[in-house]
Amino acid sequence: MFNSSLKGLSAQLADRKISSVELTREFLKRVGELNPVLNAFVTVDPEASLDQARIADAMISSGRAGPLTGIPVAQKDIFCAKGWLTTCGSKMLSNFVSPYDAHVIERFNAAGAVNLGKTNMDEFAMGSSNETSFFGPVKNPWDIKAVPGGSSGGSAAAVAARMAPAATGTDTGGSIRQPAALCGISGIKPTYGLVSRYGMIAFASSLDQGGPMAKSAEDLAILLNAMAGFDKRDSTSLERQPEDYARDLEQPLAGLRIGIPKEYFAEGLSADVEKAVQAAISEYEKLGATIVEVSLPNTRLSIPVYYVLAPAEASSNLSRYDGVRYGYRSANYRDLTEMYENSRAEGFGAEVKRRIMVGTYVLSHGYYDAYYMQAQKLRRLIARDFAESFEKCDVIMGPTSPSTAFDLGEKGDDPVQMYLSDIYTIAVNLAGLPGMSIPVGFGDNGRPVGLQIIGNYFSEAKMLNVAHQYQKATDWHGRMPNI
Amino acid sequence: MQWEVVIGLEVHAQLSTESKIFSGASTAFGAAPNAQACAVDIALPGVLPVLNRGAVERAIKFGLAVGAKVARRSVFSRKNYFYPDLPKGYQISQFDLPVVLGGEIPILVDGVEKKVRLTRAHLEEDAGKSLHEDFHGMTGIDLNRAGTPLLEIVSEPDMSSPLEAVAYARELHSLVRYLDICDGNMQEGSFRCDANVSVRRPGGPLGTRREIKNLNSFRFLQQAIEYEIRWQIDTLESGGKIQQATVLFDSDRGETRAMRSKEEAHDYRYFPDPDLLPLEISEAWIEEVGKTLPELPQAKRIRYVSDFGLSAYDAGVLTSSKELAAYFEEVVSIYSDAKVCANWVMGEVNGWLNKAGIEIAKCPISSRALAGLLNRIGDGTISGKIAKEVFEAMWNGEGEADAIIEARGLKQISDSSALEKIVDEIISNNPSQVADYRAGRDKLFAFFVGQAMKATRGQANPAQLSEILKQKLAG
Amino acid sequence: MSISLSDVKRIASLSRIAVSDAEAEATRAQLSGIFSLIEEMQAVDTGGIAPMSHAQEIVLRLRSDTVTETDQHEAFQRGAPQVEAALYLVPKVIE
Repeated sequence: MFNSSLKGLSAQLADRKISSVELTREFLKRVGELNPVLNAFVTVDPEASLDQARIADAMISSGRAGPLTGIPVAQKDIFCAKGWLTTCGSKMLSNFVSPYDAHVIERFNAAGAVNLGKTNMDEFAMGSSNETSFFGPVKNPWDIKAVPGGSSGGSAAAVAARMAPAATGTDTGGSIRQPAALCGISGIKPTYGLVSRYGMIAFASSLDQGGPMAKSAEDLAILLNAMAGFDKRDSTSLERQPEDYARDLEQPLAGLRIGIPKEYFAEGLSADVEKAVQAAISEYEKLGATIVEVSLPNTRLSIPVYYVLAPAEASSNLSRYDGVRYGYRSANYRDLTEMYENSRAEGFGAEVKRRIMVGTYVLSHGYYDAYYMQAQKLRRLIARDFAESFEKCDVIMGPTSPSTAFDLGEKGDDPVQMYLSDIYTIAVNLAGLPGMSIPVGFGDNGRPVGLQIIGNYFSEAKMLNVAHQYQKATDWHGRMPNI
Repeated sequence: MQWEVVIGLEVHAQLSTESKIFSGASTAFGAAPNAQACAVDIALPGVLPVLNRGAVERAIKFGLAVGAKVARRSVFSRKNYFYPDLPKGYQISQFDLPVVLGGEIPILVDGVEKKVRLTRAHLEEDAGKSLHEDFHGMTGIDLNRAGTPLLEIVSEPDMSSPLEAVAYARELHSLVRYLDICDGNMQEGSFRCDANVSVRRPGGPLGTRREIKNLNSFRFLQQAIEYEIRWQIDTLESGGKIQQATVLFDSDRGETRAMRSKEEAHDYRYFPDPDLLPLEISEAWIEEVGKTLPELPQAKRIRYVSDFGLSAYDAGVLTSSKELAAYFEEVVSIYSDAKVCANWVMGEVNGWLNKAGIEIAKCPISSRALAGLLNRIGDGTISGKIAKEVFEAMWNGEGEADAIIEARGLKQISDSSALEKIVDEIISNNPSQVADYRAGRDKLFAFFVGQAMKATRGQANPAQLSEILKQKLAG
Repeated sequence: MSISLSDVKRIASLSRIAVSDAEAEATRAQLSGIFSLIEEMQAVDTGGIAPMSHAQEIVLRLRSDTVTETDQHEAFQRGAPQVEAALYLVPKVIE
């Protein structure tokens, strides 16, 4: 049951082999067993989950069930859920019970899904290892000495350890794809604007995008059908005809043109990751795809550009955490300025404070043009690289991360080392393109390797088709860690 | 020694939308604390702004009315600073690319017309309110006002006296009310002025300016600028220097004083708000809004002079507010002698309103009722003098003009045989005065008028009476 | 690129984050490292390239001017640090 696909679970629910309440209890039990080791969840509320399961069971018995009705889904703790503690991995919000639902949560509720609990994450989604969470790091289910990746590390670990059939994530610079790769699961970051950001706590607004994380591309398609959709409360939400992201899953891949950017296979890529990724590409050739070499010459620049733009937006987005209306307020202050400075110094962790300061600096007087403006211009060059490549190919493939999961504490307190590991994922966010990661094998240390698939704008159905055909031909996505 | 004064004004006009600029919360004034501060207004984690079409429409209207360029593309930026009444830690405003560029406002001071150029007008959100009443030595924050749409209207430093500044502010105030984009209620903070003031030697370089914040009446605006100019000149003449500063006006002391909060170098770190895309305004939308523009004060003034033959001064007074002009035009539509209408509206009506301290909208005498009274003067039923007595009675709620004239028996005597009879009696009772008059003492004519008025208790038709007297006295 | 200690103090103050002298020194070193990484982009000639602030070339959608929100201050203030008479309380604001 724990390794069953969403379709499989849905069929069991429909056939009354199991009720949603029973299913939810089973998963809650597994969470209870594994979470002390993995720390993937920061909040579980069995009563709230079971209430939703009861509603789902009623929907099923009255014949109003959809593909997600009754299915437990773990929610990244960045999504506001009414009545749920919503912490964003921060001490600043460690006592914040959301009075409202994010659009994504509303969509899952409307679909009859069950909120299984809130998953751990890097503080305010700033991190690539889940080590910046106020609630302690998440462990990688494949090897508890290793990080699960970040920032959606709790969701990735939860799905990998089969504590949840599926989960949500958000991706600002790789935060869905990189932990999916490091935990051996599938995850997709849709085109910017497809999933509403309303109620998704902002890190860098022009880059943030929510998306599903699951065991397979087929499951992702079902989840994305629920998550994506226009929301008038988000000015950047795109008004488009709803589409069925599962519609093309079974299309054959003959004639598919796969672009391989040479910059993604250059210095810095571990040999074991390269080997697994190349093997996956060969598999695609067997499935009828042809390989085209493409170039993304500005890839290297995506790191500096991202580490200007994301902190700049974040420095402003996080100004609302000031100890006035909600969240943490320091007990030590003599005046207003001290109240602000101490609340924020004590409420934010080191990485968040660093990024706020970097962002403040690049926006401050006299530096704006040299940093922020320059980064925005380079952002256009980076987007152009992709536009030119997509004239020659249908999808772009490469590694998701330069290495398999590294050890907890391995990158120490050198933020730059950590930032460099985002090299392959960041450019996709800067361009606003959809990107996904699927498991394609293991590295020398037995930790998973992810293949990144980058599509053109709005080509999610195609990408899911590409991933699904691979998963039909291979079984990497079905492997479970021994935990 | 001579000093030249340079004044520029920044006016924050609250736009009269139902809902806030980026949220669906109500903008109504006077709600219980924080009852109108929704999730977006209090900046809960995860909330996002969505721009109110009504606010943009009002900005377009303003732009068209002042002859400015309405930007086809404008951008919302974040102005970052920490303040407890600013929930997000930034204000959404427009920086590089404002929605309205340029334009001008004509002002009239001492009979001289001058044009004050506008730099720009941009859309932004208002902040909440800090209440300093004592909460155990703390400040209370009410965010009902947070997110109310503002149009910040920035003038060029084109004004050179407090009177010009006040004339500009009044003209702008009248304009936004004509346009129905702002209720103009200064007590409630719907129309707030900041004044940038500096002084310099004629022809010399511009002096350092100080900005007087949050002036919420025309009187304070004038007093604050007058005080500030005196202070700057005194400072400079006694060898001091002016430091750039933001100052507040203490209306009790009639003084300006620098704000006590630390004047740390402001570094607002403006950047385009990533939650909002560029605002595009189509030509068609501008045209559509253009069709809804009412007749503006300046056009009205010109029409009052050319069509009604009023003086420029009278036209200025009558058009100073939309409501007064509407009242006047209603009176004229019934009683066509515009000059008489103007005299009554500016004289009696305005006089009584001022005495009572009420607005024209609350005038107890309707425009139709006033026209009814003027009709009775016009048709000779009563004299102008009697009309003032009737006006007072109408003001006091005794009814319409006709009813009062009837009840008080104020009808003018216009029956010529009755008047002739009275005149005959006066001539026979005053033989010596008659003789003197006929011998050339013309001044005695007034004596005969007085006698006749006395006999008729003031109700004789003055024109008719004078005619008959002239005839009879001529012998 | 190297960031000075006074830069750190200035941006910490602008960001309203208290930093002790010891923290400031550690932060200075880390920020200098980050800015060395960022510096790389300065060398690129971006003349004639328009800045890109959004991934999609779309324009702003507007909402109609209608009131859709109701009074929820009690729910919103349930977790507030300090509230009295429905007002959020903060240390005295000095103008």
